[in-house]
Amino acid sequence: MEKSAINKAKKIFLSIFSGLDRQLGLILLGLAGIGFITFLSASQNTPVRFEDELRNLALSFAVMWIVSRVPPKWLETTAVWIYGVGLALLIAVAIFGLIKKGARRWLNIGFVIQPSELMKIAMPLMLAWYFQKREGIQKSWDYGVAAIILGIPVLLIARQPDLGTALLVFAAGMYVIILAGLPWKWILPFVGLGAFGIILIIIFGSTICAQDVVWPLVHNYQKHRVCTLLDPSSDPLGKGFHTIQSMIAIGSGGFFGKGWFQGTQAHLEFIPEKHTDFVFAVFSEEFGLLGNLVMLALFFALIKRGLAISASAPNLFTRLLGASVTLIFFTYAFVNIGMVSGLLPVVGVPLPFISYGGTALVTLGFGAGILMSIHRHRRLVQS
Amino acid sequence: MVSFKKPDLDSFQERIHIATLFVTFCFLLLITRLVWLQLVSHGKYALLAENNRIALVPAPANRGLLIDRNGIVIGRNYSALTLDVNAAELKGNVDELIDELSQIVLISPRDRRNFKRSFEDSRKMGTFPLRSMLTEAETARFMANRYRFPGVEIRARSFREYPYNELASHLIGYIGRVSQRDKEKMQAEIENSKADDPDALQTSFLPGIQYVGKIGLEQSYENVLRGVPGYDQVEITAGGKPVRTLSSSPSVPGKNVVLSVDIKLQYLVEQLYGNFRGAFVAIEPETGDILAFVSKPNFNPNDFVEGIDSVTWKELNDSPQKPLYNRPLKGIYPPGSTYKPFMALAALETKKRTPSQTISDPGYFDFGNHTFRDDKKGGHGIVDMQKSIVESCDTYYYLLARDMGVNMMHDFMKPFGFGQITGIDLQGESKGILPSTEWKKNTFKKPEQQKWYEGETISLGIGQGYNAFTILQLAHGMANLANNGIVMKPHLVKAIEDPFTRNRTLTTPKESYRIDLVPENIEVIKKAMVEVNNSGTSASVFKGTGYQVGGKTGTAQVFSLNSKEYKHGSTAEFLRDHALYIAFAPAEKPTIVIAMVVENAGFGAQYAAPIARKALDFYLEGKWPKEIPEWKRAP
Repeated sequence: MEKSAINKAKKIFLSIFSGLDRQLGLILLGLAGIGFITFLSASQNTPVRFEDELRNLALSFAVMWIVSRVPPKWLETTAVWIYGVGLALLIAVAIFGLIKKGARRWLNIGFVIQPSELMKIAMPLMLAWYFQKREGIQKSWDYGVAAIILGIPVLLIARQPDLGTALLVFAAGMYVIILAGLPWKWILPFVGLGAFGIILIIIFGSTICAQDVVWPLVHNYQKHRVCTLLDPSSDPLGKGFHTIQSMIAIGSGGFFGKGWFQGTQAHLEFIPEKHTDFVFAVFSEEFGLLGNLVMLALFFALIKRGLAISASAPNLFTRLLGASVTLIFFTYAFVNIGMVSGLLPVVGVPLPFISYGGTALVTLGFGAGILMSIHRHRRLVQS
Repeated sequence: MVSFKKPDLDSFQERIHIATLFVTFCFLLLITRLVWLQLVSHGKYALLAENNRIALVPAPANRGLLIDRNGIVIGRNYSALTLDVNAAELKGNVDELIDELSQIVLISPRDRRNFKRSFEDSRKMGTFPLRSMLTEAETARFMANRYRFPGVEIRARSFREYPYNELASHLIGYIGRVSQRDKEKMQAEIENSKADDPDALQTSFLPGIQYVGKIGLEQSYENVLRGVPGYDQVEITAGGKPVRTLSSSPSVPGKNVVLSVDIKLQYLVEQLYGNFRGAFVAIEPETGDILAFVSKPNFNPNDFVEGIDSVTWKELNDSPQKPLYNRPLKGIYPPGSTYKPFMALAALETKKRTPSQTISDPGYFDFGNHTFRDDKKGGHGIVDMQKSIVESCDTYYYLLARDMGVNMMHDFMKPFGFGQITGIDLQGESKGILPSTEWKKNTFKKPEQQKWYEGETISLGIGQGYNAFTILQLAHGMANLANNGIVMKPHLVKAIEDPFTRNRTLTTPKESYRIDLVPENIEVIKKAMVEVNNSGTSASVFKGTGYQVGGKTGTAQVFSLNSKEYKHGSTAEFLRDHALYIAFAPAEKPTIVIAMVVENAGFGAQYAAPIARKALDFYLEGKWPKEIPEWKRAP
């Protein structure tokens, strides 16, 4: 009797996890574990609550679980609607949006939402849907249509202004477009131009960052942000302070780190946003290069697994969607670590599954759910 | 129109491979960055993190005491509650903060000025006292309101105090808040100091140093008095909030400085000068101990400690009496007739005269077409060496000067210290002028000015002409003569005392050098000087002493009369003659020598010698003059 009860419970428990990709699940568990451990240290003496973190993790898992059960076909049919609603909300933001800290990003519909977050998922869905529709009959003007689908929301977000999110949405869309077969001869000139630009900025950094030099097309504060990156000490008490202090935290961690709860930079409040965007600095200080290599290995495994799932996906929509979602994970991780370690300008990008914050965790859980759903439904469609 | 293949799995997989390569490249970039930060630059960042989290909170050291030769404390510390403002925590406008605070505690305009000045001088770093010596009621009122004033706190502070106010102000000097320039100077001193130098700055922890000696002994014994400031190593947050104390290094109090000065004698002399300006130096010839070092008028060094207010400062600075001027150290005066004993000794030593050799004095001496007058009309008659000193015969010395010549005089006087830096333990000593042909050549620019004229030699014999010495030099010269040519460096401090063990370390300088003099010659001079007080110019002043005292009066012209008659009463005050006096006592074995000037007072015998008499009476016999208030020890 008792034994069968245990067996029954075991069965129910297993059925909850059945269909979830085991590899992906373990990797995510590992990252969430790192996130949780770091959160405990980072949130010491701060008003962020331990229960909130648990709830967010649970919520993220629940979203992932639900989405993993949703057949990709459903996503395909709702893609246009989701995109449409997202676009409408962005237009509404532009007209009625709430202004906080000089930016118009939020909409009050009984509760406050940030529609640009939705666009991060809606964009790859929509573009993957579009290229699925055009499969086999693709013409070069299809890329023009894709550019319009991509461009309008990105411009709306950039105008809010929220350059960080705009870039992420743009990247999410570009991944789909490139993977859908955008010809190399159209890609490479831009890559070359970008690389050339970066090299120019690094070489002539001090000249173009001079006080009276005005950059065309960008806001003064954006110029300031790039210039601060090139020379953090030029603004040691402002934006540069954050970069300098997080670099100190990472560097002082050394190979083995200072130990859990032993990070002085974090515990003495030198690290800004230490449980959200700059959580990597806290982890780095306490667990050192060794910890970082483990974390990067987990992220790399996550991306490899995501790409592998996409490569074996049954149709173009799922392939493009899966790969794009995976590359968004990569982009988040790369941009976040790059910014915290002083390699990239400071933009508000969380570290996937590690940063505290409900919205990001839910969005990421949604993405992971998509990957799992694609994996779960591959045979069903194929057969 | 570009045509497209059907996007098949192969083409997609190819792009996935490229994406994987791109991702790998980006991750390698991140790893390189992390290796750079965490392995290659680890040391640098570890240090930065450490500097970030640790603040050194200074604990100032107690300053050493200033104690006179008999144990009377003349520079000390007291503790009082102070309202302190921590500049780092200060938000908003300073004036508004002070306005608000002044509703709770009394803040005078002077407090405000002083605070703002030190606040700005120190570039807004550190903690500054706004108001000291809070009353109990004020303390209570502030404590009840302290939540309104972040960065403002009450602390017990140690203050410097000179309990006798004006007394001995020029030799004590004063301390003041350390300035940026002081700090830069100290930094340079630390960098240049040798490890084995006992006088070197003992610490490199400059933030703990809040006050430094600005002038006087407070300045010259700064490194002894200050001690070593301690500090607490405190872990702080980015906002500067202290978290915990990691370690602390206690301060080492400064050492006490024991003066050779007898502060009662100093007090007496200062009182005896009354409203006269002048300088008075008393030295113990055998040791070089300075027993009194008076400069009148005085100032109150207490006014300077927390920053002097501009009204008092202007008053002191603009006063024609020049109360801030250290007269014995810097003031140069012609020695007048007090120079004659030295001239007479020079005559004997250089064999230009014998004691019994005489001249006949008609009351004047013609040299070229200039007449040098004696102060006695009709002259002193037949004058030998003793009489020349006792009656202060000018003509005798005009002739002597002519016979010796300027350079011989210079060479004889130089080892006595005339026109030389004595090396006293105070800064800013004047050198004075001991003329020689070479001096003139080096001093003037035009060739006709550089030439020495014979006529210029004559008045040197009576201590006029180019002769210009400090009273300290005159006292030092007197001490060297009284000490039979053994030269001791004059000094105000004789020992350094450990504040705990009370062990004293003597700092008295050893014998500097000896002037080779014939003892009999010295005896002739001393005997003549004793006779000055028995039957000479100051005999009436020294009637009835219980000891034998040698002396010599002097009256120095402030401006050249050009042969006109000097009338004391009708001459403007600042142009009147200076009264000088030198003395040694007891004559057989001098324990004290004196050199002094009473500015613009008139004849030395009349104005200077009586002060010397009373000082000697007190020092040698303990007699206190009736007209001077009793010495009272400060509470």
